[in-house]
Amino acid sequence: MTTVALRLRSASAKAPKLLAKSVIPALGIALFLLCWHGVASNIETSLGQFPGPAQVLSQSQALYEEHQEQRAKADAFYERQEKRNAAKLEKNPDATVKWRDYTGKPSYLDQITTSIWTVMFGFALATLIAVPLGILCGLSDRVSEAVNPMIQIFKPVSPLAWLPLVTMVVSAVYVSDDPMFEKSFLNSAFTVTLCCLWPTVINTTVGVAGIDRDLVNVGRVIKLPALTNVTQIVLPAAVPMIFTGLRLSLATGWMVLIAAEMLAQNPGLGKFIWDEFQNGSSNSLSRIMVAVLTIGLIGFLLDWLMLQLQRTVSWDKQAVLR
Amino acid sequence: MNSFLELSQIGKTFYTEGVAFEALTDVSLRINEGEFVSLIGHSGCGKSTVLNLVAGLDEVTLGGVILEGREITEPGPDRAVVFQNHALMPWLTVFENVALAVRATFRGRKSKAEMREWIEHNLALVNMSHAADKKPHEISGGMKQRVGIARALSMQPKVLLMDEPFGALDALTRAQLQETTMAIHSELGNTVIMITHDVDEAVLLSDRIVMMTNGPQATIGQVVDVNLPRPRDRLALAEDLQFNHCRRLVLDFLYASHGHDNDSTDADAPAAPVPAISESRERTSEVAATASDEAA
Repeated sequence: MTTVALRLRSASAKAPKLLAKSVIPALGIALFLLCWHGVASNIETSLGQFPGPAQVLSQSQALYEEHQEQRAKADAFYERQEKRNAAKLEKNPDATVKWRDYTGKPSYLDQITTSIWTVMFGFALATLIAVPLGILCGLSDRVSEAVNPMIQIFKPVSPLAWLPLVTMVVSAVYVSDDPMFEKSFLNSAFTVTLCCLWPTVINTTVGVAGIDRDLVNVGRVIKLPALTNVTQIVLPAAVPMIFTGLRLSLATGWMVLIAAEMLAQNPGLGKFIWDEFQNGSSNSLSRIMVAVLTIGLIGFLLDWLMLQLQRTVSWDKQAVLR
Repeated sequence: MNSFLELSQIGKTFYTEGVAFEALTDVSLRINEGEFVSLIGHSGCGKSTVLNLVAGLDEVTLGGVILEGREITEPGPDRAVVFQNHALMPWLTVFENVALAVRATFRGRKSKAEMREWIEHNLALVNMSHAADKKPHEISGGMKQRVGIARALSMQPKVLLMDEPFGALDALTRAQLQETTMAIHSELGNTVIMITHDVDEAVLLSDRIVMMTNGPQATIGQVVDVNLPRPRDRLALAEDLQFNHCRRLVLDFLYASHGHDNDSTDADAPAAPVPAISESRERTSEVAATASDEAA
């Protein structure tokens, strides 16, 4: 009897949670789509009507179909190449055969992949620099005082201002016959790095400097070697602040990447938007709107991934992370 | 003759934004090996500063602290500290917290198996073996402090420094931990300096009670020798004349000679000495009666 009653009570307690978790957000989205539709049908541009939800949906399907067409073309190209080379080798085993990459237009999905890899690479590089630097700044007032002016000056600079400099430096320094990365990839990635540095450095510094005095003193009394001190005390204690910094960095990095791709015509979602804008067909605005939503969704996904990473790394499983 | 630990004319001045604050002046004390010394005084009298100077966590402005003929210039495991708020790493288990200290202290001197055994031995000493794999947030405040003591003992310190170790605990848990501390002290015979606010605690545990005057420019006001035989039994001592005499001396010093003029700022300090005595006497016997139940 009592267990049934308890179960009933817990079921009724779960119902409002379910409501809050799924129904209410769904209502919000529905309301937004409705407003969007209403507003869009009232805006006329030189490229036709502003796209509503329906047009955007049909264009996203079209983009996916184009992607599959491109894939099929690429597959066919590689198959032909394979056959041709095999035939050549059959005739003369010593013949030099050429293997070429397919050079067709990158599809929408290719652009997405490029953008994600670029932001990940730039962000990872920034993290490798910013976390150790932040730890040094947090541990030593002198290092902090020395580095702080640079942080304060470079932090407000839009990374796009760096873009021409980065481009020139990469093309001057990164000279290789068999380059591992495209130069355009490095340009975008380094630009992302430059803006990902600051939130992580600052938050790591604050996190490390704010460690409980007693815990720091424990480390001093037991004379922990510097590296053990960092791995055993400093890093675990500063993990929440480090992740705050990392998430801010990744979010700005993703925003900056799109702008950098547009400006520099580097492959990626930014270039896709710019190309569509220049193209100016009746579908362009819908396609750009698809890109806008994709950018938002990926940004959301990246932040969610960071949150999952924080959940696995953090020692404090009680903490409510949001 | 040289003493084991000597505080020689210590002065400590803090500078905050160019303003000097002379916290301690001319503090001199000689402590013998194996002695249990309590530092008692009102809040802000510089007790903790004295402890930090001995620990090496702070540097003296004048004078010096000499341990076995060597001046103390930096912190080290030979002067282990038990912090008021346990200061356990929340991300490490009880075992790992002690292990952190043992590995750092005995690096290259003990094998892995020996270290393991030593950690377990120290946890057993404070009756915490059962919670070795628990995280600090899973155990009570008293248990955390036991682990803090185990960690400090595991460094085999020459001097054990306890900064109000039981101040944040309830009366029953405090009594239990006082018993544990006495047992450990009689077994290991280590030298202990303990800061406390609790007069009963000071008399019960100490060989000597060092009473400090109020800051700024705090210094040692009076030293009381507690010549009570060990082991000490708090129930028997409640009626002991010598025990009550010592307590009376400390209370007189704290509340009659060096009472705060502005008592309103210090919630811990009773307004008059007499009610304080009877109050705390009652509390002590209650505590003792229930503490034995608790220990089981």
